Amino acid sequence: MISKNLEEARADVKKGIKESREHAEALFGGKGLTDPIPTVEDKWKLLPAFLKVKGLVKQHIDSFNYFINVDLEKIIRANERVKSDVDPHFYLKYTGIRVGAPERPDQEAMNRSYTPHECRLRDLTYSANIYVDIEYVRGRQIVRRKGVPIGRMPIMLRSSHCVLTGKNELELARMNECPLDPGGYFVVKGVEKVILVQEQMSKNRILVDVDRKGFVQAGVTSSTMERKSKTYVGTKNGKIYLKHNSISEDIPIVVALKAMGMQSDKETTQLVCGQDSKYIDKFSPNLEECSKMKIFTQQQALDYIGTKVKAPKRAFGPGIRRPPAEEALDVLASVVLAHVEVHDNNFRPKCIYVAVMTRRVVMAMLRADLVDDRDYVGNKRLELAGQLLSLLFEDLFKKFNSDLKMNIDKVLKKPNRTQEFDVYSQLLFHGDHITSGFVRAISSGNWSLKRFKMERAGITQVLSRLSFISALGMMTRISSQFEKTRKVSGPRALQPSQWGMLCPSDTPEGEACGLVKNLALMTHITVDDEEEPLIKLAYILGVEDVSLLTGHEVYMPDTFMVFLNGNILGITRYSKQFVAAFRRMRRAGRISEFVSIFISDHHNSVHISCDGGRICRPLIIVENGRPRVRSEHIEELSAGKLSFDDFLRLGLLEYLDVNEESDSNIALYEREIIPESTHVEIEPFTILGAVAGLIPYPHHNQSPRNTYQCAMGKQAIGAIAYNQLNRIDTLLYLMVYPQQPMVKTKTIEMIGYDKLPAGQNATVAVMSNSGYDIEDALVLNKASLDRGYGRCQVLRKYATLLRQYPNGSYDRLADPPVHPDGIASVGERIKPGQVYINKQMPTNTSSDIGVNSRDPTANAYKNAPMSYKSAMEGYVDKVLMTTTDNDQTLIKALIRQTRRPELGDKFSSRHGQKGVCGIIIQQEDMPFSDLGICPDVIMNPHGFPSPFGGSKVEDMSRILIENGFSYSGKDYVTSGVTGEPLSAYIYFGPVYYQKLKHMVMDKMHSRSRGPRAVLTRQPTEGRSRDGGLRLGEMERDCLIGYGASMLLLERLMISSDIFEIHVCEMCGLLGYAGWCQHCKSSKGMAKMQIPYACKLLFQELQSMNVIPRLQLENVF
Amino acid sequence: MVAEKKNFKYNDMDTLRSRVIVERDRVTSTASTDFPHNYPGIDLSWNFEKFKENFKIKINRLSKSEMEFDMIGIDAAIANAFRRILIAEVPTMAISNVFVMNNTSVVVDEVLAHRLGLVPILADPTKFDFKAKDETSTDLNTIVFRLNVKCKRNPQASPTETDPLKKYIHSSVYSGDLIWDPKGDQAERFKDSPIKPVHDDIVIAKLRPGQEIDVEVHCEKGLGQDHAKWSPVATATYRLLPEILINGEITGDAAIKFQSCFPKGVVDIVEGNGVKKAVVVNPRKDTVSREVLRHAEFENKVKLTRVRDHFIFTIESVGSIEPQDLLVQAVQVLMDKCAQVKRALQATLQSE
Repeated sequence: MISKNLEEARADVKKGIKESREHAEALFGGKGLTDPIPTVEDKWKLLPAFLKVKGLVKQHIDSFNYFINVDLEKIIRANERVKSDVDPHFYLKYTGIRVGAPERPDQEAMNRSYTPHECRLRDLTYSANIYVDIEYVRGRQIVRRKGVPIGRMPIMLRSSHCVLTGKNELELARMNECPLDPGGYFVVKGVEKVILVQEQMSKNRILVDVDRKGFVQAGVTSSTMERKSKTYVGTKNGKIYLKHNSISEDIPIVVALKAMGMQSDKETTQLVCGQDSKYIDKFSPNLEECSKMKIFTQQQALDYIGTKVKAPKRAFGPGIRRPPAEEALDVLASVVLAHVEVHDNNFRPKCIYVAVMTRRVVMAMLRADLVDDRDYVGNKRLELAGQLLSLLFEDLFKKFNSDLKMNIDKVLKKPNRTQEFDVYSQLLFHGDHITSGFVRAISSGNWSLKRFKMERAGITQVLSRLSFISALGMMTRISSQFEKTRKVSGPRALQPSQWGMLCPSDTPEGEACGLVKNLALMTHITVDDEEEPLIKLAYILGVEDVSLLTGHEVYMPDTFMVFLNGNILGITRYSKQFVAAFRRMRRAGRISEFVSIFISDHHNSVHISCDGGRICRPLIIVENGRPRVRSEHIEELSAGKLSFDDFLRLGLLEYLDVNEESDSNIALYEREIIPESTHVEIEPFTILGAVAGLIPYPHHNQSPRNTYQCAMGKQAIGAIAYNQLNRIDTLLYLMVYPQQPMVKTKTIEMIGYDKLPAGQNATVAVMSNSGYDIEDALVLNKASLDRGYGRCQVLRKYATLLRQYPNGSYDRLADPPVHPDGIASVGERIKPGQVYINKQMPTNTSSDIGVNSRDPTANAYKNAPMSYKSAMEGYVDKVLMTTTDNDQTLIKALIRQTRRPELGDKFSSRHGQKGVCGIIIQQEDMPFSDLGICPDVIMNPHGFPSPFGGSKVEDMSRILIENGFSYSGKDYVTSGVTGEPLSAYIYFGPVYYQKLKHMVMDKMHSRSRGPRAVLTRQPTEGRSRDGGLRLGEMERDCLIGYGASMLLLERLMISSDIFEIHVCEMCGLLGYAGWCQHCKSSKGMAKMQIPYACKLLFQELQSMNVIPRLQLENVF
Repeated sequence: MVAEKKNFKYNDMDTLRSRVIVERDRVTSTASTDFPHNYPGIDLSWNFEKFKENFKIKINRLSKSEMEFDMIGIDAAIANAFRRILIAEVPTMAISNVFVMNNTSVVVDEVLAHRLGLVPILADPTKFDFKAKDETSTDLNTIVFRLNVKCKRNPQASPTETDPLKKYIHSSVYSGDLIWDPKGDQAERFKDSPIKPVHDDIVIAKLRPGQEIDVEVHCEKGLGQDHAKWSPVATATYRLLPEILINGEITGDAAIKFQSCFPKGVVDIVEGNGVKKAVVVNPRKDTVSREVLRHAEFENKVKLTRVRDHFIFTIESVGSIEPQDLLVQAVQVLMDKCAQVKRALQATLQSE
């Protein structure tokens, strides 16, 4: 019996195998699944090709380009007319806008074109004029003018309008610019400013979540050019309500729908629930509630809502108040769900939208897993420089126009004018509102837009030029809008959907952990795209208009609702075919490659997106189990015959955004392709960002080590840019002999870290030595330091302005003692305290000095020299004397220190292994190997990650053995002190070490006596003020607990702000010099010592009519 | 050999006394135990005659800059003392003061000075005095060089030339551009061996047209312990002579494998009676990779040791003093030190 069954089973299996083979044959053209698939060699070469066309900061540049080339036009068109309240015939119309090339604001300059580097040096703003074309009424005629400047726009470096774009290395060198610099930032008042990428929730999408009380609600942030508002459909006591800020009370959902014209309960039920009885059961209480409220018609519903609408602020006075129903209709049409447009009072689309939201709520009430994940990257949008600037510009432009209108009205109001009114002159001399608005916003980082009630600080940051990597890392940084103080783990956690989009390693530790993220290597952030062609295409491909259908048809089993950017487009019954056809159009290049389309099976819907701010990345398309990219394509790519864009054009690659990625089946390696695969990854290491890409063998590290290294790589001293010696930055750290790492990653070569490295290949012995190396301390070889290991330069800028004052006097430079012109010469040694710019200021800067005034004090000068404040002598590296925007003389002096590593300086390997130098040992004391090599650095192995494993490492072992070393890299080592061998084998070899910017010289501080604060007479605080070291509350608690009262007294009073007072024993008040002013006597005056702060307290209390009286007693 | 008969698991006293034992994951018997009264019945007190008899120096290799020799029959402490003195205490001349008249190159003054300091100078340090900090420079303690280089365009170069060496004159500053400026009777004293940098082709800086370096440079006598630039050696080092002991015979494929565990030339395969047999021919060439000890089949069949008092000593001179002279000077330094200690001891004894 059993054997028979077995046999049958075997036959079944055989049949199954045969069938599957046949199936495979049909699928893969004769190739079995187990047949070896020829792999595409070197497909990683697509990555440099991608970086060549896109670059690491392409998202910033793309976004800015879109803003000045496309968005500006749109803004102008939306605000094109300026009218006058006085003269109805008058109008001013903007017909065009364009941004010129960056040029000096100075009209008389010989050569008006300037470079970003000149702006950095001279503290200028790298900007270009904004020109508009206008058409306006002058008298009785219409005048047209082209190219009227209205302000200046800061220009992003390497954007389409920047002078650096498209220049080769030689031309860049002539402009003092580094070819490896990515651009993507602004130069404002000589400071490099980055507009950080901002992460936000996506707009115009329904998002279902559960609030704190456990109620389900569906929310939409509507965002249109005119308005931003949030609408919720939420539950309360099992019933569903519509909530909106402009309506003071929650509106029962059925009432809201009735108000929008859906008066039949059946229609409503169908559109929310379809035929599903479970949904109907859940929804019916709402219908009941509505009928209980006795609201049956649209008019009743509108009347009801109208009473709840918050009075809108109107420009033309509070007197005019429309009937409530009208008010309600207006609010429902244009404020609630503003992104669903209502044309000619046709509320049908909005009704359906509200019904869909309601349905989502009902669904989520029944099934908790249908609640959306707010942290899902597909629900996020990234806001870039272009979008932020566009908001700012629109605000400034509106303000500009309203100011202009006010001025026009002011002139037109005058009954008789001597001259015909020409608005052109008004426009020209309208001031620099737009210019200064841009400069203020970018240099302070405060985006305050009244229109959207937006008040955001910290949008821009100074580009960190600590090292090449820190600058690069800053350009890919994404900051989140979440509050840092809130203790929620969700937004901080690593999201699976971050894969390939955001770097899993590169995030700071501490409060911003997980909130500040970095882009992965191969990402692209989309910009807004046209919707009309997509709508047309969707209808051509068989989408049916939803307005013509009832809920019965809409929610049929195989019917999918089609959304475009969150708006309902229609329905389709052939979702798979529709999506496939749509994708085919995209791969053929008929629509933008950044349009995404995916099927959501949970909601039976198809979502098409073309909005800006989505993160997407390229993937290789897999067809019939084979990647479309073949070896021959890569060969052509290497030969330079194909570019990355050609791969897109040929339909070999495509961009997927996070949502579409989740709807695809992506194989990590070619060998993992299965029949269901739709794509294959270009290269796995692209999931890391630029900074994490520097780590060799990151997959052998414990994951937090990679995160530590990401933070530390940015602090490493090295080469900064090719123009580093021409820069005058506030603080510049340079390494004297940087080396490129011996162990490189592909990322290192692609981002140019091998050209601008930050570190040296040190010979490291991993062992304990001398005990000065515990707790991650390092032992350094003195001879290595003598020979230049870890040597670095610190250059600091000291700048001053030679100001001209309102009364005509000005600062001047006096020569002696600083030779020959009051500024120290280049190359001169500056000792601590020495004067290097001998500036003098006039004593009188405000009042007039008479021209004939003989009074010598009127224009006397006082010394205001700049003296060098540092513990170590420095050398003048550069002196710059120039003029700024407003013709002030600017002097910048760069003073250089060359430092050799010393005790306490911080070093780190590339694996999050940081340590400070604990001792410097003579070369002869160092252990040496059989080859005579002695280490530059000895690293303590305590807490060292366990040895590597894996095939790569076996390879390395083999090479070691072949060259006569131990397989483990551990050498036989002799002690340099005793001359006898060490009894342990020592891991010995080159390791890339970074010197970090934290150096003892900048930190060490001590004080015995020193300056005191004026008010409290207590020692000052902080190293920069030579302050004292605070004995804080907790230390005080310890001393109290220990009972060391005399020490406490000494620390808190005697060594701090001791003060001798005279107290009257009669009245208990403070006297002075043995005399009590209150008692008018010197009888019974006692002397005592109290802290000065205590005396201050007494006096302050007295000033508030509280009398503190001291009652003195004899202690002994 | 006697050693082949030894039981490998057990280390007898002879082995422990004379060998450092290299095990798979540690080194044992590292310290010398030959001191008086350590082993009962063996007289280990120091005896000059015995030392003279045992001590040998055999020079293997000698060139202008490098020397390898075997030093046999001496304690590690003394051999190490020579090594340490060679690195740190044999005086040489090196640039210690740089007076910058003009430097418009991209190499800043401090770095230029540092680079110049590391250039080895060919001058006999025995003919100079140490200069104390407050002492003035004289022709007896200072050597002066001048370096005055200006970069210009090469008028003969073709306009399309891209190689800076051809396009410009003096595009690189070399150590050979340092010109000795004899002071006092230095020209007379050193007329047979004029003072100059050891190598003429060390790049000091790179220049471009219009840039100029004009410095005066003072060399002083110093010790490697103060700064590595005064160290006369690139390095001085030694290793102990390796020894490979085989228990019984290793034959056949195992012999081939055994051979492959060592660098070329250490182990030979001898064929006798149609059987391949591994024979250690030159253990000196072994790099002590301990590869044999990783393989289970050689367990208890092979033992690695190193001869405790056989030092293969290498001196790599920087070029200012020839290696054989270096050793002599090192020995002299040690002798001076001993003499000093001896004097001090005598003084203490006398005062008591």
